Amino acid sequence: MAKVGLFVTCIVNTMRPEIGFASLKLLEQAGFEAEVPRDQTCCGQPNMNGGDKAGAKDLALRLAKLYAPYDYVVVPSGSCAGTIRTHYPDFFDESDAEGERVRALAAKTWELTSFLTDVAGMKEVEARFDGALAYHDSCAGLRELKVKQQPRTLLKSVEGLELKDLPDAEVCCGFGGLFCVKYPDVSGEMVRKKLADIEGTEARAVAMGDAGCMLNIEGALARKGSDIKVWHVAEVLAGLAK
Amino acid sequence: MTPPNDQHAPEMHVTSERFSENARHALDDKVLQGGLFIFAKGFTALREIGISQVPEFGDMRDRARDVKNHVLENLGDYLKQFEERVIANGGRVHWARNASEANEIIGRLCAEVNAKTVVKSKSMVTEELELNPHLEKQGIEVFESDLGEYIIQLRKEKPFHIVGPALHLTKEQVSDTFYEAHQRYGRTEKVTEKEALVREARIVLRERFKQADVGITGANFLVAETGSIALVTNEGNADLSATLPKHHIAVTGIEKIVPTLEDLGLFLRLLPRSALGLDTANYLSLYTGPKRDSDPDGPETFDIVLVDNGRSDMLGSEFQDMLRCIRCGACLNGCPVFTSVGGQAYGSVYSGPMGAVWTPALAGITHAANLPNASTFCGKCEEVCPVRIPLPNLMRHWREREFEKHYTPTGQRWGMGAWRWIAGKPALYRLASSMGGRVLRAMARKGWVKKLPGFAGGWTEMRDLKAPEGGSFLEQYEKGRRS
Ligand code: SF4
Repeated sequence: MAKVGLFVTCIVNTMRPEIGFASLKLLEQAGFEAEVPRDQTCCGQPNMNGGDKAGAKDLALRLAKLYAPYDYVVVPSGSCAGTIRTHYPDFFDESDAEGERVRALAAKTWELTSFLTDVAGMKEVEARFDGALAYHDSCAGLRELKVKQQPRTLLKSVEGLELKDLPDAEVCCGFGGLFCVKYPDVSGEMVRKKLADIEGTEARAVAMGDAGCMLNIEGALARKGSDIKVWHVAEVLAGLAK
Repeated sequence: MTPPNDQHAPEMHVTSERFSENARHALDDKVLQGGLFIFAKGFTALREIGISQVPEFGDMRDRARDVKNHVLENLGDYLKQFEERVIANGGRVHWARNASEANEIIGRLCAEVNAKTVVKSKSMVTEELELNPHLEKQGIEVFESDLGEYIIQLRKEKPFHIVGPALHLTKEQVSDTFYEAHQRYGRTEKVTEKEALVREARIVLRERFKQADVGITGANFLVAETGSIALVTNEGNADLSATLPKHHIAVTGIEKIVPTLEDLGLFLRLLPRSALGLDTANYLSLYTGPKRDSDPDGPETFDIVLVDNGRSDMLGSEFQDMLRCIRCGACLNGCPVFTSVGGQAYGSVYSGPMGAVWTPALAGITHAANLPNASTFCGKCEEVCPVRIPLPNLMRHWREREFEKHYTPTGQRWGMGAWRWIAGKPALYRLASSMGGRVLRAMARKGWVKKLPGFAGGWTEMRDLKAPEGGSFLEQYEKGRRS
């Protein structure tokens, strides 16, 4: 049986561990026994986007070594999976032997919902969610990895769930890593628009595929006193969202 | 890039250091926000409808990218060919290494014909050069003839957008501006309706066209095989600027070359669709040399000023892809940052994603660092760019330059160094993430953190932070939890 290594990412590890356990549950449903290497740390995305190329390169090599024993690496985040899959190969010249291992890692790395549908062939999940749910397309998953239909296909199979069309679902929520602390006003305006669109759907909850966007959107909803819930798509698909 | 003491170094004045402050003003400006909302929805929809009618749009974008790449790889040869054709057609070509040189050349050309009045059509390159104040210092009256440019010229503003310089203004604001400016032409009645405003501008500008000694235009494309310049407008003002005055000066960047007329056809299909969702622009004109003996009218002289101003430094660098830009504005229209704060906040004539890459190349990363940083890398710009410029990657390259040169703010630099160090030590990383969670839980009230200290305070300015429940994932996993 193919070996799957789950890379939980920093935000999930520290802020929302439930997403990691939901991912394990889904991988098991899909027929895989996934492992989490305990020495995983960061994929280096903050360094990459902060201009520290050398730092990002170091962490890429580190991750490549750590996940070398696995056939697949699955990540419950479009932006961390995108960093590995689409950006890592650019860190090294084609001729660079060091880069070989990193290119191999990139080729076997998948965002969770695309792994479940495109690789594992999953068409439905065993889960229940009562009520209307909107889905926001987190940017990196959408544009770097073409994650669009995969989560929707699976969400539609959740019993009791009514999937709402979110207007401007593809427009950024304003998280952007350091962006949201460096430019709080601009980021605040972007998330304000996102909330208005979410509220307009009258869904009782919104789901997405990136924990960064979740913290942003749920934090802004809480500040407003809204009771709309924010879930990671994995939590909904694993039946952990209430 | 070019050392600062090089007298031919690129020049462009920016106020991008004040991006955050400008953005705050823009966000507080209710009138502007109303306009931005309509603009963001409207332009995106127009483009989507426009391109949905062309199933081969994706292929066209690939071809356009390839043509531009080919030109950039052979830029010297194409520029030479272009110059030869222009001369053969009876025109002249002038080379300007930077803004000062360009302004000096254009000023000299105007002085040679004793110009008192110049009429201009929209040209972002002349905005980049700050040509108007230069000519005015020489005692020349300069009139912008593109309606939007004319309005912002009267208001002494910088363009809001590379395609629509005055899109941020309401008709009331324009009415006030005209009322004040047109009194000197004896128009003392205040006009308030849109059509009447356009009519009034037309009447005033017609006179300027008749008076003008020199017409200055930009050029959207330079066709190497014929030595022609191509102008694309929706108002027809460029044609009046190019044909009515006795002298025509076209000012543009060296990267605007396309090899053949056939290639031009491809770009003429891409540009208006990407800009406004239109299948074609209202006016498209090709100018190839001055008036010939057999022509009934046209300018007596035809001068082309080709501006480098930092462009050749981008050639062969990690920013080369940016030189494919055809200034369609699609990346601005789609950008969630641009559509939140508008063009003026960027403090540069080039705003939005294209401006975030272009501005540091011209003004230096020290002055323009905010622009490539004020992006979430959402990737919408790259998605819509007709010549497939990887804009987020190019912004990232500016952050790398900034980091290499130690311009990155010290706290952030230190933070990234520390982060990389911790991420290399898994036991420490596990400890730090568990501790981090515990600290947040201690700070939280009813599960939510309302205020974070220091740099992280930017987060809680706008939103709360939900504290994590239970231990970190790795902690729980180690204890045997599996689902
Ligand atoms: S970067 Fe691309 S989308 Fe933006 S203005 Fe230039 S050509 Fe248009």
